[in-house]
Amino acid sequence: MKNVILKIEENKALTDTVWQMTLSGDCSGITKPGQFINIKLDGFYLRRPISVYDCGEDFVTIIYKVVGEGTEYMATLAEGKELDVLIGLGNGFDTSLSGDKPVVIGGGVGVPPMFKLAKELIAEGKSVTAILGFNTAGEIFAENEFKKIGCEVIVTTVDGSYGTKGFVTNAMDFDYTYTFCCGPEPMLKAVYNTGKTSGQFSFEERMGCGFGACMGCTCKTKYGNKRICKDGPVLVKEEIIW
Amino acid sequence: MVNFDTAVTLSGLKLDNPVIPASGTFGFGYEFADFYDINVLGSISLKGTTKDARFGNPTPRIAECTEALINSVGLQNPGVHKVISDELPKLKKCFNKKAIANISGFGIDEYAYTSELLDKEEQIGILEINISCPNVHNGGMSFGTDPKNAYEVTKAVKAVTKKPVYIKLTPNVTDIVSVAKACEEAGADGISMINTLLGMRIDLKTGKPVIANKMGGFSGRAIKPVAVRMVYQVYEAVKIPIIGMGGIARAEDVIEMMMAGATAVQVGAENLINPYACRDIINDLPRVMEKYKINKLTDIIGRAH
Repeated sequence: MKNVILKIEENKALTDTVWQMTLSGDCSGITKPGQFINIKLDGFYLRRPISVYDCGEDFVTIIYKVVGEGTEYMATLAEGKELDVLIGLGNGFDTSLSGDKPVVIGGGVGVPPMFKLAKELIAEGKSVTAILGFNTAGEIFAENEFKKIGCEVIVTTVDGSYGTKGFVTNAMDFDYTYTFCCGPEPMLKAVYNTGKTSGQFSFEERMGCGFGACMGCTCKTKYGNKRICKDGPVLVKEEIIW
Repeated sequence: MVNFDTAVTLSGLKLDNPVIPASGTFGFGYEFADFYDINVLGSISLKGTTKDARFGNPTPRIAECTEALINSVGLQNPGVHKVISDELPKLKKCFNKKAIANISGFGIDEYAYTSELLDKEEQIGILEINISCPNVHNGGMSFGTDPKNAYEVTKAVKAVTKKPVYIKLTPNVTDIVSVAKACEEAGADGISMINTLLGMRIDLKTGKPVIANKMGGFSGRAIKPVAVRMVYQVYEAVKIPIIGMGGIARAEDVIEMMMAGATAVQVGAENLINPYACRDIINDLPRVMEKYKINKLTDIIGRAH
């Protein structure tokens, strides 16, 4: 974990409710895909934990959904503003277990962390299929970006307005070596039950601190109690208790 | 340059400065050693410890408020035996000062059991007894809301330890002074105050409480005036030292709490939004002492009276 001041380079709407923000500054503290950052916002007591979509030594890009007062405020922030950010939080995904043909599955704002993960898997020479699940065509984002980095991309929409009709689990009928997944808990559970391989699942929970101090986000696993913010957000399939 | 004296003494335990992270916001200390050298701290009040391991309450356990938060963690901890075998050795590797054990129980016997075990731990300098827990043998009423119960817990703990015993009071009472006096009468060496205020937030979308357990402990900068008022009242009524807490976020707050009557202070919620909060406050103390012409922190204890 590192505490850094980052500058907003870009903050733009991708859909009616989903925004993308790119920040510049020292981002060397982000060491693994699947980690998150925790942003201090003026006028809000707690920081806002947001997963990392993409990053490098000197930038980080996040994609966030406007769901409450904090993210509403984030969407109003202009380029040039500096933010106090804790970076490199959480355990992140372990790519070494993936085999040569992993599938990465994201649902809604569970899609962003799969992008950096897919990039790393491809850089390691693996052949990656991405299943991106959305409710409807108007909510889709990042499809082309996944294609550009070399993923085989399948988009699903619940209402069938684009791509495969139904849930991400309707698109899992092919051979793959490992499952990475992030999305709402019902989706994680469906993928857990449908998936034919071992895998890693990224969870979400309301957090206090984001770095393991307050025990606000603890869950039970087969390997003992874990704090989603520090021991997670990624849990391996074998340890999950639903 | 003037040499600012920040040292304070709690029942014979000398602290380099009065700044102590509060229980429940700093784990067992060692994890913060990744962020900075925790030996700069006056001491550390460790995660609340009970006889048996506790998972705590269901999630969500956290709700944001204006300049504050509500938590309902529910005393998650690995139990006193694991605290002694696993947690304290990890703390010892990165903290060479005495720490404060924070003890909870759901019956007087549990308080005594846990206290007796922690009494044997060399690194523990003070036992801080959290009496905000419900007494399962007495209709679930909190020990801390009744002077008689508070007296009995204090007596029971004092009987099993030679270490200084500080009783951590709940503010959710009609008359905190009477509880503090009962603890002093039972032999308490000091008072820690205040624990969190009982609060609730409701999610406007669902129309239901945000916290799974409905209610939780309200803490953060917003509660400081309540804490300062209560420390002021208790200081007038007891002779034993007070560790003051509730909304401490800046060096100025340390000064204010000490003027109200605290000998040392604890920093709680602020650690959760700034993991460096305690270090920053300690570094800033000389500047604020100079500004208010304070050479020696002990000179200002109770100055407001």
